[in-house]
Amino acid sequence: MTKRDTALPAIHDLRSALAASTASATELAHACFSRIDAEDKTIHAFLSLDREGALNKAGEIDDAATRCQPLPPLAGVPVGIKDVIVQEGLPATAGSKILEGYHPPYTATAVRRLADAGAVLLGKLNCDEFAMGSSNENSAYGPVRNPHAPDRVPGGSSGGSAAAVAAGMAIATLGTDTGGSIRQPASFCGVVGVLPTYGRVSRYGLIAFASSLDRIGPFAANVRDAATVLGVIAGHDPMDATSSAEPVPDYTANIDAGVRGLRLGVPAEYFAEGLDPEVRRAVEGAIDQLRANGAEIKPISLPHTRYAVPTYYVLATAEASANLARFDGVRYGYRAPDANTLSTMYRRSREGGFGAEVKRRIMLGTYVLSAGYYDAYYKKAQQVRRRLTDDFLSAFENVDAILTPTAPTPAFKLGEKVDDPVSMYLADIYTVTANLAGICGLSVPCGQSREGLPIGMQILGKHFDESMVFRVGQAVEKSQAH
Amino acid sequence: MSETQAQTQRVSAEDVKRVAELAYLELRHDEEVKMQRDLNAILGYIDQLNQVDTSSVEPMAQVAEILGGTSSALRADSPRPSLPRDHVMASAPETDGTFFKVPKVIER
Repeated sequence: MTKRDTALPAIHDLRSALAASTASATELAHACFSRIDAEDKTIHAFLSLDREGALNKAGEIDDAATRCQPLPPLAGVPVGIKDVIVQEGLPATAGSKILEGYHPPYTATAVRRLADAGAVLLGKLNCDEFAMGSSNENSAYGPVRNPHAPDRVPGGSSGGSAAAVAAGMAIATLGTDTGGSIRQPASFCGVVGVLPTYGRVSRYGLIAFASSLDRIGPFAANVRDAATVLGVIAGHDPMDATSSAEPVPDYTANIDAGVRGLRLGVPAEYFAEGLDPEVRRAVEGAIDQLRANGAEIKPISLPHTRYAVPTYYVLATAEASANLARFDGVRYGYRAPDANTLSTMYRRSREGGFGAEVKRRIMLGTYVLSAGYYDAYYKKAQQVRRRLTDDFLSAFENVDAILTPTAPTPAFKLGEKVDDPVSMYLADIYTVTANLAGICGLSVPCGQSREGLPIGMQILGKHFDESMVFRVGQAVEKSQAH
Repeated sequence: MSETQAQTQRVSAEDVKRVAELAYLELRHDEEVKMQRDLNAILGYIDQLNQVDTSSVEPMAQVAEILGGTSSALRADSPRPSLPRDHVMASAPETDGTFFKVPKVIER
């Protein structure tokens, strides 16, 4: 690939430059739209744009800066929102034909908090249909392409969110992660992607896929920006009963503390068969750097890791089959024409509105919950979920964070896995575990393949210990810069 | 091999029709054939969960239960205004402005 200048300012620098009137939020928004106009025909990260709303907001920020008013934490920061998260005034498709033309009547809490913090909302980002996929090829509106190699996937399901940051179309974006859908595309696109602890960010306004696993989290070009955005969107929300009342710390306060004296666990199970040799080399190289910088690297075991993907596909599809029952052609979205009874209308609307992967997961989820199979599949998977979670709780008694590859390979080619669901599901093999256990983590770039494809390292932390994963992530990022 | 073969065929064509009925999906014939193949492949893969001894393990439905009391506070049960009706009805495929309209419910 040719090296392009995609650099946008870091959030902290932008804020100082706005305050000093050496930068303009309006010019920055124009620069983002120019890049989108130039490159998004190829990349296809955005599904809808709000030029007017964005430029109005940028103008307000510039006015405030001119009048020397205090600037909010994300003043003038251009952001994009994954299209499974609702924003009033813009369509919300969830990447599905069944929601084509749907305009949600309210705004998600995370989006509201970004706007209140001064962010400039550019538009909505492409994704796999209902966030179900690992390649972004399941979008009803066409795939996203990887900015580093347009014949390759950006990862999924938050492929548009990762690609928009990688291509310099936005400083930060929101994605969602149910089994790896933030961290895996972050790894494939060479950006930072954060999975917050379950309950850390309100899910109000997130179109639900699997409610016990779904999280909203940020993408950014660097760890500090990602930490800043998480600090804005995190915190209790009365509209989401599972959102936590745990206080939100300043995630950037301790970010440069380094890794000296930290105990970092490396689980053997994440470096076993199936790991691409180039990914292994990059991740092990980054681990060596952390050791050289004073971290104590400890071999650990998470013995139930191999059962995570099958556990995930039982539980996630079971929850999805219930969550997606609401798409029935009555209150919103696609309604099949010419059905003359209610049940025919339901069936034909869902048949015509859902894509192949969504139908496959609804069918699997319905099957594992159906009479005679509930104990064998659903209850069994819930029991294995606890064993997987206990693995992490035991490991975290002896280590401060855990280091793994984010994905077994760099970005694969479009079309390479579309006809083999099990092979596609294995792209999530290192990421689904954190969703099942509820812990936090992030993916940070740690190298490249010989072909120049980005490779990400995953850092996993205890429940509500995001500060630790940012601190370790920052150390990895610094060692990459040298 | 024979055991694997038997396992990969656990979902029959009739099962696919029955589950589609439960899920309110009206699959075309070609979709049913592919669905049967895919479900058998995925369930075959899921079978490895049976290698885990879970005899004394409580099922885990939610993470919140292990995060202690901080994560599952219920809000006060007090009435609040709902979304304005016209905002909601604006997205409905068919409405008379007050109610959602649907095809007839009673079939015969």
